[in-house]
Amino acid sequence: MLLFAPIDVLNDLLLRMGLGEETIRYFVWPLIQIGLVVTLVALWVAYATYLERKISAFMQARLGPMRVGPWGLLQPIADGLKLLTKEDFIPEKADRWIFFFAPYIAVASAFIVFSVIPFGPDWAVIADVNIGLLLVLAVSSVGVLALILAGWSSNSKYALLGGLRSSAQMVSYEVAMGLSLIGALMFARTLSLSGIIAAQGSDSIWYVLYQPAGFLIFLISGIAENNRAPFDLPEAESELVAGFHTEYSGMRWSLFFMAEYAAMVVVAAVATTVYLGGWYFPFVYRLETSGHHNLFVLVSVLVFLVKASLILYFYFWLRWTLPRFRYDQLMDIGWKWLIPSALINIVISAFAIFLVQALNGFQGMQTIEFIDRGLNLTASGKAIMIVMGIAGLFATASLLARINWRSRDFNLKVQRRDIKLVNLPKGKPAVQPGS
Amino acid sequence: MHQVEIATTQETLLDSPEMVLNMGPQHPSTHGVLRVVLRLDGETVIDLDCDIGYLHRGMEKIAENRMYTQIAPYWDRLDYIAAVSNGLVWVETVEQMMGLPVPPRAHYLRTILTELNRIASHLLWLATHALDIGAVTVLLWALREREEILKIFERQFGARLTCHAWRVGGMPNDAYDDFNKDVRQFVNNFPKRLDEYETVLSENRIWLSRTVGIGVISAEDAIAIGLSGPALRGSGVAWDIRKSRPYAAYGDMDFDIPVGENGDTYDRYLVRLEEMRQSRRIIDQALENLPDGPVNAKLPKIVKPPVGDYYHTIEAPKGEIGCYIVADGTAHPWRVRVRPPSFINLQALRQMCIGHLVADVVAIIGTLDIVLGEIDR
Repeated sequence: MLLFAPIDVLNDLLLRMGLGEETIRYFVWPLIQIGLVVTLVALWVAYATYLERKISAFMQARLGPMRVGPWGLLQPIADGLKLLTKEDFIPEKADRWIFFFAPYIAVASAFIVFSVIPFGPDWAVIADVNIGLLLVLAVSSVGVLALILAGWSSNSKYALLGGLRSSAQMVSYEVAMGLSLIGALMFARTLSLSGIIAAQGSDSIWYVLYQPAGFLIFLISGIAENNRAPFDLPEAESELVAGFHTEYSGMRWSLFFMAEYAAMVVVAAVATTVYLGGWYFPFVYRLETSGHHNLFVLVSVLVFLVKASLILYFYFWLRWTLPRFRYDQLMDIGWKWLIPSALINIVISAFAIFLVQALNGFQGMQTIEFIDRGLNLTASGKAIMIVMGIAGLFATASLLARINWRSRDFNLKVQRRDIKLVNLPKGKPAVQPGS
Repeated sequence: MHQVEIATTQETLLDSPEMVLNMGPQHPSTHGVLRVVLRLDGETVIDLDCDIGYLHRGMEKIAENRMYTQIAPYWDRLDYIAAVSNGLVWVETVEQMMGLPVPPRAHYLRTILTELNRIASHLLWLATHALDIGAVTVLLWALREREEILKIFERQFGARLTCHAWRVGGMPNDAYDDFNKDVRQFVNNFPKRLDEYETVLSENRIWLSRTVGIGVISAEDAIAIGLSGPALRGSGVAWDIRKSRPYAAYGDMDFDIPVGENGDTYDRYLVRLEEMRQSRRIIDQALENLPDGPVNAKLPKIVKPPVGDYYHTIEAPKGEIGCYIVADGTAHPWRVRVRPPSFINLQALRQMCIGHLVADVVAIIGTLDIVLGEIDR
């Protein structure tokens, strides 16, 4: 294809410059990929803020940014310029160096993750590490450090409370997040993100169908992990002014902002990869078989972006609809609901796999096609798995309801009551209480 | 004033001292320039103290040097969210001092417009209360609705917020031409919109868990502190000046007083929502029976009430606003004192907050629906 001709030319040029083929393959191209991914992700993050403002505006019966460029399309760029030119203020009593470096930790931990995210097949992924998922969880959990350090070093009480809240919140939700992924890993039999997509591709299924419970738990704990509404306690505007970044201004503040949105994109990307089949989409492979390899990669990347954007939209939707949880209620949800349900989900998934394996060959039934890198099931096997997944959802819900049946939060709907309407005769003294 | 003691040492698990947190006077959700000094153990409130006075303008003192008719615009600045109601308490007190017969049409228009103002005030409360608890979208929806009322005010009074709505003896001018049409349109559209807002909050699990059982105050305590308005009715006391000592045209209106049961934030929320519906009912009736005639009583050139003490209260959106005037027979009051509902409602804050978390303090300040202009005067 003409579009990709320059790539070959560039490759030739590099070869002629005397660089070895290995150097080009393992050093030069990855650098180009990194540059591309960082730029594009930064752009994506910037336009995620634009989209959030637009979507929230439409929900709230207003227009949102309209002045900079057509439909306000240049607004994120104008915002970025404004923030760059603002004073980089460090409070006098702050711990200077930690205050200085905390935003970088936040941004770095959010952006490093993109090195293993498979945006598409072949050249659309920087590094296909075989422990990709583990790396995502590990690196993104470094992000919490930035928030604690920022909160602590600001030497402000609001920032400190925000930092403490965020550390407790992220640590407890990381557990649920990690546990919820295990169910999907049992089907994929690999930690490599590209491998997980390949497994879903060869099984022609999205794991959200096998793992509805796991998907929900992952999404909820992902939102909590990102400190997004309704779990945005660390930066709860109305309580803690701005939480851990109260004292930050200008570009350093916007780095935190970028980190938050990048972390959202990461969670959306991981959810897409593990549960929504990543870049895999029915019939797109025909481009590959008809010889348009690069076009196939591009379309796949597009598919991935659309899926991830849908999850991002879900984020925005929640944020502008729901009120905020209280700190202790948040912890309750994490420890009393999400972690137990993630554990139950693991047991149910294991049982489902066992069931499918046991039924294979039972009375001439065939449930498993073959087991390669992932589990490949026949139609009947898939049906069993999907039914088990939905049944697991209900089983988890009812089990947890049984455990928590006495808890206050569980019975709130029962407690809801209507108010009395009193029509007093006019001009008489009011009714005293108790009478 | 109750002082917060600052403990420097406390033997807790980590041997950390209690933290003293200054909430305000510049804080997004203290509804103005309220400063709350919180003593915290972790995030639990052990003790708190309100520091007020950042918006003090000496209104009661200013009133001593103004003529009776000149004071009315100052009263708009008490509770600037409900300027129309506040203006009413001043002119009605002066009218009672003078024994002026206000024409019925003026009474009816006053009823309609103060009830519109009550809805506007409650809408702003709903907006900010929801925002404090984290539901941002309700803010803009409620403000959109309030805008309709402010448009009516603008056409009627020429101002949106501090309208200087009334004159002693009636109104500055009759209702504008399309007044009936505009109010009727609002009255017809409002219930549908309010139901819409309620769907976002009333049944919402998070909203319930944030408001049910938060900031509970019993009926006895509420009466002892002197709470009034929705804060009192949320605790189950059916006290409403509109019923017990009717003023303006409320004596002719048929409406219910919504009363809560548990005295928590959720009950006060429901009470205010229901009050908006009842206000709409009142407006509906008043508009139906709006009499014709003049809107102004005959007034002497200079208002000089006879010597004596006068006290008159009305039901403002925030609660019972009272005006106590000592007249010495001249054109100026000798002493004026306002009974501000927000100031007295704020006294319940400490009792309501202790033992709750920081996040609840914000919710409780929101549910008390205070306005600092009225507290500091």
